[in-house]
Amino acid sequence: MGAPIELAVLEEIASPEGGPKGTKSLQARGSSLAPPEAQLRVLNDVPLAYGDFDAALASCGWADFRPADLELLQINVGRLCNMTCRHCHVDAGPDRIAENMDRETMDLCLAALDKTAAHTVDITGGAPELNPNFRYLVDQCVARGKHVIDRCNLTILLVPRYADLPVWFAERGVEVVCSLPHCRKRNTDSQRGDGTFEKSIEALRRLNAAGYGHGDSRRRLTVMANPVGAFLVAPQAALEREWKAELARNHGITFDRLIALNNMPISRFLEWLIETGNLQEYMERLTNLFNPATVAGLMCRNTLSVSWDGTLHDCDFNQMLDIPVAPAGGRRPHIRDFDPDALQARRIQTRRHCFGCTAGAGSSCGGATA
Amino acid sequence: MPGYYHPEHLAKFGAIAEGNKDLAEKFFDWYGAVFKEGALSEREKALIALAVAHAIQCPYCIDAYSKTCLEKGADLDQMTEAVHVAAAIRGGASLVHGVQMLEHVQKAGM
Repeated sequence: MGAPIELAVLEEIASPEGGPKGTKSLQARGSSLAPPEAQLRVLNDVPLAYGDFDAALASCGWADFRPADLELLQINVGRLCNMTCRHCHVDAGPDRIAENMDRETMDLCLAALDKTAAHTVDITGGAPELNPNFRYLVDQCVARGKHVIDRCNLTILLVPRYADLPVWFAERGVEVVCSLPHCRKRNTDSQRGDGTFEKSIEALRRLNAAGYGHGDSRRRLTVMANPVGAFLVAPQAALEREWKAELARNHGITFDRLIALNNMPISRFLEWLIETGNLQEYMERLTNLFNPATVAGLMCRNTLSVSWDGTLHDCDFNQMLDIPVAPAGGRRPHIRDFDPDALQARRIQTRRHCFGCTAGAGSSCGGATA
Repeated sequence: MPGYYHPEHLAKFGAIAEGNKDLAEKFFDWYGAVFKEGALSEREKALIALAVAHAIQCPYCIDAYSKTCLEKGADLDQMTEAVHVAAAIRGGASLVHGVQMLEHVQKAGM
């Protein structure tokens, strides 16, 4: 059991005012797709001409797929969220009250961080801000001189008890990486729930007012775009140019950079692909567009991903599929046993979903990789 | 072969090289170059292609450029406006011929 969440917080975020709800979590619905092994089975059963990811890697000289230097520690502090977007790879939602990182595990993350040269701590969720120890973790990372990223869904910043966060972040130089699937209302709301777009725009205004998005490297505002449907994300540089112009013109909003990510065929997006009859074509698209130039820069090569319970993974997607890093000595790898040298020598765990990161221009937590 | 339009023909477009490889290569090279980002963005070109596809009523092009528009970051609002541009030009093209009709009437009538 993770960190307990105040009842008042749970009531607040479960309400419509607490955040738009596009659907319910697979877990809340008792979906047969909720267990990670069920998702992996579905993916493996898709008939594909080129569906072997390791073979694709081997074909371009990456048969031995290992990490580069560790640059980022990504800490997923929990699956609790005020929203339930239809494409969520975490299956997050207001009902995910059990899976939230406790203070002890955070301290283990910090101790591990001190053993590495990682320059960045990337804090994600769920809505990471909902973890009761979130501010503690940010402060501890900032005190260590680390660049801290908050992966923010924007709407959480309108919930009264979190409304001070834009200024609080600004005082600490935290980079805000915020989710905005589209720069216009229709697509944003269809993916993330009715009312998301207007709330997101208001949250962006508040971030701008706190000094974010004006070219100050200590107040960096990054917009994270992902496709609303069964197609690949648009070219990152072009999207950044177009969205900057459009958000400035229509809403007076500025941001510093845009990163473009593909949707990973797992969890709720996988459910949507199946329900809409798009799974086969989407997987064909991902595998046909395998791009060797994306591999070197994949996030699994410079990142370690810690789950709320302290388990270590190669990336957040593997985390959601319950695929930990290749175990040393057969034990489930945990942050308390953090051994940088052993981890550096590991082989990165891959499955079919990995094609989501290598298609087209590539896709990682930092955006395009090719 | 029953019927005229077959969706699978789009994926087989390259087979047109069978009758003349050189011309096909020239066409596909040129086609690729046309859609590269230039003074217009890839998204703008995809939206133009979508509009033209509707004007010439090519089902292959409509399939292809509906997908391409989405992948270049266009949304339904923009794609619908593009199709209306095509429709307006087609409608206008019919209607503007009405001036020719009018002149006939004015010349022949009393």
